[in-house]
Formats: sequence, structure tokens, C-alpha cells
Amino acid sequence: MNYWVLSGIVVMVAGFVLRFNPLLVVVSAALATGLAAGLDLVAIVSAFGKAFNDTRYVSVVWIVLPVIGLLERHGLQERARALVGGLKGATYGRLLTGYLLLRQATAALGLTSVAGHAQTVRPLVAPMAEAAAEDTGPLSDAEREQVKAMSAATDNVGLFFGEDIFIAIGSILLMKGFMEQQGIILAPFDLSVWAIPTAIFAFLIHGFRLWRQDRKLRQRGGAA
Amino acid sequence: MIGLAQVYVLAGLTFTAFALLSARDASNPRRFANTGFWGLLAVSMFAGDRLGDFGNGLLVLALVAIAGLRGLGKGTGGSAAEERAANAERHGNRLFLLALVIPATALAGTFLFKQFPAAVDAKQVTLVSLALGVVLALVAGAIWLRPAPSVPLQEGRRLMDAVGWAGILPQMLASLGAVFALAGVGDVVGALMADVIPAGSLLGAVIAYGLGMALFTMVMGNAFAAFPVMAAAIGLPLLIHQYQGDPAIVSAIGMLAGFCGTLMTPMAANFNIVPAALLELDDRNAVVKAQIGTALPLLIVNIALIYWLAFP
Repeated sequence: MNYWVLSGIVVMVAGFVLRFNPLLVVVSAALATGLAAGLDLVAIVSAFGKAFNDTRYVSVVWIVLPVIGLLERHGLQERARALVGGLKGATYGRLLTGYLLLRQATAALGLTSVAGHAQTVRPLVAPMAEAAAEDTGPLSDAEREQVKAMSAATDNVGLFFGEDIFIAIGSILLMKGFMEQQGIILAPFDLSVWAIPTAIFAFLIHGFRLWRQDRKLRQRGGAA
Repeated sequence: MIGLAQVYVLAGLTFTAFALLSARDASNPRRFANTGFWGLLAVSMFAGDRLGDFGNGLLVLALVAIAGLRGLGKGTGGSAAEERAANAERHGNRLFLLALVIPATALAGTFLFKQFPAAVDAKQVTLVSLALGVVLALVAGAIWLRPAPSVPLQEGRRLMDAVGWAGILPQMLASLGAVFALAGVGDVVGALMADVIPAGSLLGAVIAYGLGMALFTMVMGNAFAAFPVMAAAIGLPLLIHQYQGDPAIVSAIGMLAGFCGTLMTPMAANFNIVPAALLELDDRNAVVKAQIGTALPLLIVNIALIYWLAFP
């Protein structure tokens, strides 16, 4: 067993810890692992280039930025804040819990791309959460960071623990394909059904954290 | 047939616009670095299939050299808060309608395009819908808001500056995964994991499988890369064959244990690092830190669920 191929993982961890530019770290890791596996430089560069070209679809998402920018210039974030400020019961915790539920439910129906960090979190969810949190009193910089980070986190949790309930999502097909090669035939439905218990726990755990943070903000606001 | 090729052209045009606008952005101290970076990405979108593997590799090295050695700059610009507030007052809640064009098109496209397999590549429905939604939203925005033609692109460039090099990190990590696979990293990790399990302990095997999924996902940034490795090393030989576990439960919940790892790693850049850049957070890892409190208890829950549900 050639343990030296793990050198790329060591490079990744060290590079992230030492806060080098991650793009440099990734290329260094590819070089380290590739050389350890006995590949020559041209082969490593070619393998990386081929994979980069095959995964261009990952970077296509940035085409939404002109639309988001246009809307922001015309006051979308301000409008989102005003909308939440005008709603009485829209607390920070309830708002993000509602978004969590919506994201899980739509992802479970296979609608994973109706929301996302560029499409919904930056223009709508984060400003709304900020406005709702500000209802309890002015936010410190750290609290503001926390509220924004939690908005992004809520999107991720909702997506990850909703999408596997849908039968035609990539991970379900991957599991089915892998098991089929091993001689085990699984129906996508059997796999997706077993994603439901975890989805419920994800909602409970994340919802509980949101409720606690909300209460903390509120108590601090009441004392001030 | 409409598929990835057309989407890549649209992306190429967008990155070309970012590159050209960066070149003219006097507020950006390193504007030509930005021009080179987004320009190369535009070349990749337009002509990646004609560059060959080695050519694409060189293109990646050039991107990394620009961003990693000297760094990208950030232009200022954008609109004043008072202007935006006045705009928000004037346009009212109809702005939300425009904001919903992209999600609504994604929703409609997912259902509609499946009916027309000849017109739209069935595998690319999501990306085609996204691209169509962007075009529709831009057209509707142009008619209703009447911005100067350069405004959407200029505002898009400003947001792209905020994201910076993190914008291609997800694609870079996916490519690193391919090199790791070529070098057999997964097999080595799988063998190492299989060695640490105490013999004869079902609970030990379940814990090793769940933790292994999460840890290897954290290293690779992707549960898809971890699943075949952990399933081959522990899931199949021990949990399914030796202990007669239900393969559907072992697979499904094991994958979700991996997703807990995705929440805890900067390697899953598109979920964890990109939003931090997009929301202009000071701490690059703020989203990861916000997620640990959910991911760790949920990982324990997943391991417990496999242990309780999968075995007769």
C-alpha cells in the first residue's frame, strides 16, 4: 500500500490551517499526491485540466450575479428588511425556522435549485434575518456576522437534509449504482424513505439552536 | 437541442463582461489581475473543449498564479444607501416578483422541460432552467426598471469582486478529487479505516463507518467521494455481509452522516466558503463554525439510527 499518496491530504490540511491561498493549496495538493503516485508532471496537469473542464458547470451559477446586483441596486435588500420589520410575529428564530422548513420541503420534491446562497440567501434571507434580529435592539458586529452566517447555514442544512428524500437526486443514484455493481439491487424509493428520520432530526436540532439564539438575543434586548 | 453548450456560452459572455468592466475599473488597485482571471475563465467557458487536457491544465495554473501569487483586487462602486432606500420606496414589493423570476423559472423548467426531451437535454434541465431564468429576469428588469444597459453587468462585477477567487474554488476542489481518485487515495484511506475497527464489535463498526463517512467527506469536501470508499471498506464487508444490515438503511443514512461532514469543512467551498464571501463576512470560516453545532449532534443521531434501524 502506497501511503505517500496521502501527502496531498496533509498539504490540504496544513495549507488551510496556515491560511495560504486555497487555490495554491489545492494545486500543491494535486502535485504532491500525483507525484507520490508516480505520475509525471504533464500527466498531473492534464488530469487536473480535464477534470476542471468537465466540472465547469459548477461555476455557471455566477451568471445570476447581474440579476442580483440589479435588484440590490433598486433596493431589494432594503425592501426585504422593511417587509420583515412590518410583520409583527416575524422573529429571527421563526423566520429562519420557516426558511429551513421551506428549503427542506422543496428540496425533498427535487426542487434543489429554487433557492441558494446567490439566489435567495444574499438578496432575501440574510437581510430579513438581520432585520428581524434588529427588532430586539441594535446588533454588535459579532452578532451581525452570526446572524448572516446562520442564514447561510440554515440554507445548507435545509438542502442537505431534504434533497435525499427525493428519489432522483444524485446521491441516491450514486448509492443505487454502487450497490448494483456489488450485486445488491436497491430501489431508489427504499433509499429515499430512510432519509426521512434524519431529516426530522435535522429540523429539530437546527430549529432548537435557532430558538435558543433567538431567546438569547431577546433577553439581551430586554435588559438593554 | 439546448444543453450545456449554450449555458457555457452565456457564462462565457458574463465572465467576459466582468473582465472588461474590471479593466476599466479605476477604483480597483489590481484591476488587470481581475481582468486576466475572469478573462481566462471566459476562455474556459467558450473554448474549454478545444483546448485539450494539457491546455486546460495550463489555464488552471495561470488562474492560480494570478489569484494565488499576487491576488485579486476589489473595486468599490455600487450605489449609495440613500439611493437604494429611495428606490426601494419607489418600487415597493414588486421587487420581490422580479427576485422570484429565477426560482420560478427553475421550478417551471424542472417540470416542463421533462415533457420536451427533444428540445432540452434532460440531464441538464437544472442548468438550462437557471440560465433561462437569468435571461428572463434581466429582460423583465430592463423593461420595468429601465437601468442603463451596463448597470446589471457593472453590479454583477461588483458582487463578483466580493466573491473573488473563492468563485472557482468549488471547481478546483472537484478537480482535485479527480486527481486523488487517479492516485488511489480512496483505497488507501479505506484500508486504513478497515484496520482500526475492533474485531467482533457491531457498534464499533457502525461508529467507524459513520465517523469515517464524515471525516473522509471533510477531507474530500464531498460525500459523493467518500461513499464508495467507506461502503467498500466497511459498509459492505462488515455491516451488510457480516452483520446482515439492511443495505438501503446502511447506504442512505451513511450518506447523510457524510453530509454532516460537509457542514464542517472549508473543503466544501461552494456551501461553506462561497456564502461567507457572498455575505461579505469577516471570517472566511464563519459559516462552518455556525454549522458545527448542528452537524455534530446530527452525526451522532445518524450513527445511532444506523445502529438501531439497520440490524435485525
